[in-house]
Amino acid sequence: MFLIYCPYCEEERAEEEFHASGEAHIVRPTDPESLSDEAWGDYVFFRKNPRGNHHELWQHTTGCRKFFYMTRDTATYEIKEIYKVGEQPNVATAPAVPNKYDQFSSAQAVKK
Amino acid sequence: MSQPNRIQGNNASAQSRVDASKPITFSFNNKPYTGYSGDTIASALLANDVDVVGRSFKYGRPRGIIAAGAEEPNAILQLGKTEATQIPNIRATQQLIYEGLECHSTNGWPSTERDVMGVVGKLFGRFMPPGFYYKTFMAPSKLWMTYEKMIRKGAGLGRSPKAVDPDTYETINQHADVLVVGGGPAGITAALNAARTGARVILADEQNEFGGNLLSQTDLLDGAPAQDWIDNSIDELATADNVTLLINATVNGYHDHNFLTIHERCTDQSFDLAPEGEIRQRMHRVRAKQVILATGAHERPLVFGNNDIPGCMLASAVSTYINRYNVVPGKKLLLMTSNDNAYNTAFDWHNSGRLVRAIIDTRPAAGKAVVKKATDAGIEIIYSSAIVQAQGNTCISNAMVAPLNETGEKLSGSVKQYDCDTIATSSGWNPAVHLSCHTGGRPTWREDIQGFVPDNFNKNMIATGAGNGLYPLAEILQDAASAGAFAANACGFNATKTSYAKAEVEDVAPSMPIFHIPHFKPTSRAPKQFVDFQLDVTAAGIELAVQEGFESIEHVKRYTALGFGTDQGKLSNINGMAIAAKKLGKTIPETGTTVFRPNYTPVTFGAISGRNVNEFFDIERYSALHTWHVENGAEFEDVGQWKRPWYFPKGEESMHEAVNRECLATRNGVGIIDASTLGKIDIQGPDAREFLNRVYTNAWSKLPVGRCRYGLMCGEDGMVFDDGVTSCISDNHFIMTTTSGGAAHVFNWLEIWHQTEWPELEVYFNSVTDQWATLSISGPKARLLLGELTDIDLNPDTFKFMDLREGVVAGVPARVFRISFTGEQSYEINVQANYALAVWEKLFEHGAKYDITPYGTETMHVLRAEKGFIIVGQDTDGSMTPYDLDMGWAVSPAKEFSFLGKRSLAREDTVKENRKQLVGLKTTDAKTVAPEGSQIVLDPNQKIPMTMVGHVTSSYYSAVLERSIAMAVIKGGLDKMGDKVYMPQADGTTIEAEICSPVFYDPKGERQNVK
Ligand SMILES: [Zn+2]
Repeated sequence: MFLIYCPYCEEERAEEEFHASGEAHIVRPTDPESLSDEAWGDYVFFRKNPRGNHHELWQHTTGCRKFFYMTRDTATYEIKEIYKVGEQPNVATAPAVPNKYDQFSSAQAVKK
Repeated sequence: MSQPNRIQGNNASAQSRVDASKPITFSFNNKPYTGYSGDTIASALLANDVDVVGRSFKYGRPRGIIAAGAEEPNAILQLGKTEATQIPNIRATQQLIYEGLECHSTNGWPSTERDVMGVVGKLFGRFMPPGFYYKTFMAPSKLWMTYEKMIRKGAGLGRSPKAVDPDTYETINQHADVLVVGGGPAGITAALNAARTGARVILADEQNEFGGNLLSQTDLLDGAPAQDWIDNSIDELATADNVTLLINATVNGYHDHNFLTIHERCTDQSFDLAPEGEIRQRMHRVRAKQVILATGAHERPLVFGNNDIPGCMLASAVSTYINRYNVVPGKKLLLMTSNDNAYNTAFDWHNSGRLVRAIIDTRPAAGKAVVKKATDAGIEIIYSSAIVQAQGNTCISNAMVAPLNETGEKLSGSVKQYDCDTIATSSGWNPAVHLSCHTGGRPTWREDIQGFVPDNFNKNMIATGAGNGLYPLAEILQDAASAGAFAANACGFNATKTSYAKAEVEDVAPSMPIFHIPHFKPTSRAPKQFVDFQLDVTAAGIELAVQEGFESIEHVKRYTALGFGTDQGKLSNINGMAIAAKKLGKTIPETGTTVFRPNYTPVTFGAISGRNVNEFFDIERYSALHTWHVENGAEFEDVGQWKRPWYFPKGEESMHEAVNRECLATRNGVGIIDASTLGKIDIQGPDAREFLNRVYTNAWSKLPVGRCRYGLMCGEDGMVFDDGVTSCISDNHFIMTTTSGGAAHVFNWLEIWHQTEWPELEVYFNSVTDQWATLSISGPKARLLLGELTDIDLNPDTFKFMDLREGVVAGVPARVFRISFTGEQSYEINVQANYALAVWEKLFEHGAKYDITPYGTETMHVLRAEKGFIIVGQDTDGSMTPYDLDMGWAVSPAKEFSFLGKRSLAREDTVKENRKQLVGLKTTDAKTVAPEGSQIVLDPNQKIPMTMVGHVTSSYYSAVLERSIAMAVIKGGLDKMGDKVYMPQADGTTIEAEICSPVFYDPKGERQNVK
């Protein structure tokens, strides 16, 4: 169980108080109607799944209810940094590891 | 009762921890035995010369006690005097006896003594070759069901109690600077050195007293018996304010960020049922800045023919029984070892006054010190040899010994027989690396000690002592002292020196890497050489797995079930890897590593759940009217965490009768429902309107003050996930309602968009679900009733459908919404929750003359289905767009901002033909109510597998229509009005129905506007 520092409460609290909300920094397109189905689909459905550092969105659900960002190593579960909405990370994400099954995925087939 | 193997008189161990002045009677497999206070079940059974403690799972072979600790694979017991106090999977080696204790072999079916299972097992074993699990899983699943029953019965999985557990369990949160796992020489030394800096220290040990291996060995510390040092050290730690000592407390799980769980058995060592007011077991949830693993090591047995005959034991376990428990488990010992350390077992046995037949050393020579001791005691040493096979049935009668070649891979001479009743073996030690693996560490192989040690995966964890592959006691103490100081300093304390006890240093000859003793027959034809005793995995089985093409040790394990028992293969994993590696022609590290997962030893469900049982299992939410519902006989339904009235039966009414009555009363007079559980979110701010525009599919810019509007919420995928009515209280103030189960999700949804995407919008959200109670009255008499209780002008021409008014109802301030989920004229009266009961009772007082009828969720469901109103989550499943629901009227594509989900509504997949669409169904036989979930086909005569075009989402009997009604999602359903569809049922019948509009009752919507 993680020990997570809430940048708003300025305290370390147990993971039970938090909720992970997926990949961070997914920006909503400003003009969705101008996007192709594929580009819109990338925004709605596709997420990174890196082995290593990953920028994540978390919420202090049973605390201050604020959302914040976390850079977390998905292999060691080490939390590298915590930062607020509106701030940028200092730790880069891990390069995407090619999935050996990618060639069989329908998404890949559509892209081709 | 006599204890033939209890050491008497001058031969008795000076350091024994049992108290012969306190005899204790207990029963094993319904037979009474006597042991002494301080005995484990295992030591007491051995004292009583009990050889067989169980039957092996696959072959039904008699099995005896092998070990003296957590690694025991055979002596697995079912404990408990009553049905309610049953506990499975108790290791006899870890459970103390107490007066009246009752235990049974778990895997003794049908009897540990008689050989019935032996015969059954021989047949059973034949059709369970290695790869049995694998092959069975690949076989038709029906076959597995048959096997499973037999396996469970024979496999020693134990059984859970059928009665409610009467004991109390609890959970405690702990914080520590340094958690020391294991209270042996290393753990005590580390704890002392950390605690002396002032650091907060927890020292936990799984045994009933501290001391670890010192309790089993005869070492001197600082020139005195080790027990003196243990006592002094524990005294010091016990009196320190910054130290918590836990015994009978197994650190069973090591989780992320140094969060560890300790399973403390508070009364289990003394009572079947915890005394009144006492906690039986406690789960400590520890967050530690630093963790020191001083977990010790498990001795590794040598693998040879018939090595499972009762009497084959670990050398160290034999020493433990002699020194700690004053029990010598046989009369004649034959010791086989590949190292000096195990010689001590022969000396301990000799000192107990019984015969050491010989020491069989696989090496050509041994250390000078042990050789001298053996010579002084007159014990014969046979070098470069091994026990190739034990002989006997339920106990050992003799052993076959043969010379080994230099590498230990072949026999190099003829066999000689030695009579003996006990065989003790040692091929070295496996550090107990288990906890270091739990969060992702992968142990690394050390050739010099022939064992795996913890890796450096966790920077805030230190392994020391035998748990880190350090065996000479003097070195263990020195290293552990440094570990304690280092850990404290890592927490900000300032240790400048270390201190530790001095142990004697002896010259030790190197040990020999040998795991599997060769036989004069090939492994596959030799007598069974067991590797995993609990799951009956043999050396031949592992070699066969490799031969069948499994190269990864993880695959070999799954194929053979090696290490899959309740002991997690504590004794077997390394031997199994070594045998696989040899067959593969690889080294052990090339073959892989060994990984263990929580829990270290089995944990009871009681300890896991703690106090979160019965009414505390999950949160139960009650509306402000809950007591009224209870007093008025409501049956309840769970909606999320809410307890909602389901229906209110009168007298002997069935649910069906009650619902019909409630429905008709509402249609013809006035019904009332407690709708307080609807989610209510108060939304304020100058940008509130714009925010609603973005999250709802419809437009909010022009909603006037005092008006309400129904809205659909979609995810960015365009699929409906919630619906509800939002009302405009003032230009900057709205009140949103959500489904009862979806409130938390919707609230989160609003917050995430506001905080992460549109922080520039000035808008504030507040959940007010609990603050407002909602009393909804419905029916032709609703206005008459409300009129008697309010100052609000109810003139239907001015207080119109979808209007909101504020005023006084039954003497308290209220918001009244003219919205309807029944199709009748309805008023949702919202009052502060603490006034709810008074208002509710006033409504009943005045409503009596209209036969006001309370109804629950079931009637609500029927009434709304009669009107074709959807319930999100029942009629939708996350794959329905507003258009699929034929609710395009609730979508405003013209809105300036591209609302959430809008773009997805134009995706190729969402606009394609033949999507599933929501329609109504009328069964041909009006009395037949189709089961919800029924699959729908167009051709009832098609062969299986039939083409399924949809399914029934809601289905009820409508009392007012006197027929069954249903809602369904059907491919292209909106274009199939009037078509016949069919619902084949499990019993072979088929229900016929016609597709229709889902609005079954009052299609023009006149009833909600009656004057
Ligand atoms: Zn917070």
